[in-house]
Amino acid sequence: MHLTDRQDIEIALFVEALRKRHGYDFGQYAPASFKRRVLGLATALHLRSVSELTERVIHDDGFIHAVIERLSVPVSELFREPQTFVALREHVLPQLASYPHINIWQAGCAHGEEAYSMAILLREAGMYERAQIYATDFSDAALAKAQEGIYPSREMPLYLENYRKAGGKARLQDYCTEKYDYLKMHDELRAHITFANHNLVSDGVFGEMHLILCRNVLIYFTDPLQDRVLGLFRDSLVRGGYLCIGIKESLSFSAVAADFQLLSRELPVFRRVAPKAVP
Amino acid sequence: MEACVVGASTGGVAALRRLLRGLDAGFRPSVIVVQHTGTEGFGMLVSLLRDSCALPVSEARAREPVLPGHVYLAPPRYHLLVEHRRHFSLSVDERVCHVRPSADVLFASAAEVWREQLVAVLLTGANDDGARGAAQVRGLGGKLIVQDPAEAEAPEMPAAALRLAGADHLLPLAGIAPLLMKLAGRPAA
Ligand SMILES: C[S@@+](CC[C@H](N)C(=O)[O-])C[C@H]1O[C@@H](n2cnc3c(N)ncnc32)[C@H](O)[C@@H]1O
Repeated sequence: MHLTDRQDIEIALFVEALRKRHGYDFGQYAPASFKRRVLGLATALHLRSVSELTERVIHDDGFIHAVIERLSVPVSELFREPQTFVALREHVLPQLASYPHINIWQAGCAHGEEAYSMAILLREAGMYERAQIYATDFSDAALAKAQEGIYPSREMPLYLENYRKAGGKARLQDYCTEKYDYLKMHDELRAHITFANHNLVSDGVFGEMHLILCRNVLIYFTDPLQDRVLGLFRDSLVRGGYLCIGIKESLSFSAVAADFQLLSRELPVFRRVAPKAVP
Repeated sequence: MEACVVGASTGGVAALRRLLRGLDAGFRPSVIVVQHTGTEGFGMLVSLLRDSCALPVSEARAREPVLPGHVYLAPPRYHLLVEHRRHFSLSVDERVCHVRPSADVLFASAAEVWREQLVAVLLTGANDDGARGAAQVRGLGGKLIVQDPAEAEAPEMPAAALRLAGADHLLPLAGIAPLLMKLAGRPAA
């Protein structure tokens, strides 16, 4: 049997161990990229095989934190996929402006880039004081970084370009302080952001949300898990609330598609419609 | 051969056009291409390749089945992978060899799916993406075709693959399409 087939067996056992020992279920993650990450994790820890990972997951209590940190993919950007922020600014925020209080759930927040981008967008629309952003992730390590809001300066050119394409109204430098090789997001952007642990695989509905952003997370899930998560989002949204997914993601493969209406063909922004009455 | 994966970077657009022009409408393997480009150039790349090729050309989309006789391009800023059930998936994992999409990522996942039925092609490029993936393709019984670095617009990418993975065929660009046609059981054009 080829090494790669033996590794598949080891990975199945690793997934089983994570689930039984720690309650994390990766059984519905898209296999190809998951395998890449697990093998990368073993290599980074200088382990010879995935079986050694499994052994440590079972016997070493504290080890799970390092595993989740590495299996999560906290790769993001300020104003990533800027055209989506243009759509939010032009089509979604004006609709939300009539609410006295605006609840936003940003699921899969990585190191907070998207939550801070959203805070900036709301500020520029004069709506931030009325808003509350719940930024969640299943990785505590990612959440700790998100809370800090510190990013390497070498990413700044990309962020500036994104911000410009997103139709930013000020200068990105007005929202952060650059020091040494880092930039730190200003505290006032954090004032209405709550970072919290929430696992999309196993945790439940998240209150009366007006807007949910979950971008580049569903691409890691197989169809059944994607359906579960989209069901969560549907049930967390107020009627007429908005769901925003990544530009390479779609609802067309999902059972909940009928509960959402696409805003425009080019953009991954959907509106929750009233459930169809059962005859 | 059931599928062919292609990696190209600097100078790749011209090379890809020449390569695809040599495949006829009866070519059955799926062709999956990683060409490093910015977001801006991508739409242009798709239409250029469409014009140069008798086969349908489109952007690879997540969850879509990989069809025979179809040319797919990895979208900018995402890694492209093939799943065992022969559909695509995308990821925004860290860049590999400083690039995303990375040929290493595509090649490694395709190698697992198609094994001996896979042919990988590495063309001109100024980095070393694709070399590790090429080694995995060969390790799982697939064939590797490398463009001769001496005639490639940028020799680094094919040279890096040769160093790490060797090759089953080392060819000038003009010889690659005819060989693919032969491997696919087509009469040479
Ligand atoms: C690639 S990042 C996306 C970041 C950001 N939304 C963006 O588009 O740039 C994916 C994030 O999803 C998180 N994630 C993965 N599985 C999760 C789960 N089951 N529950 C909650 N978050 C999860 C990862 O920890 C990671 O931070």
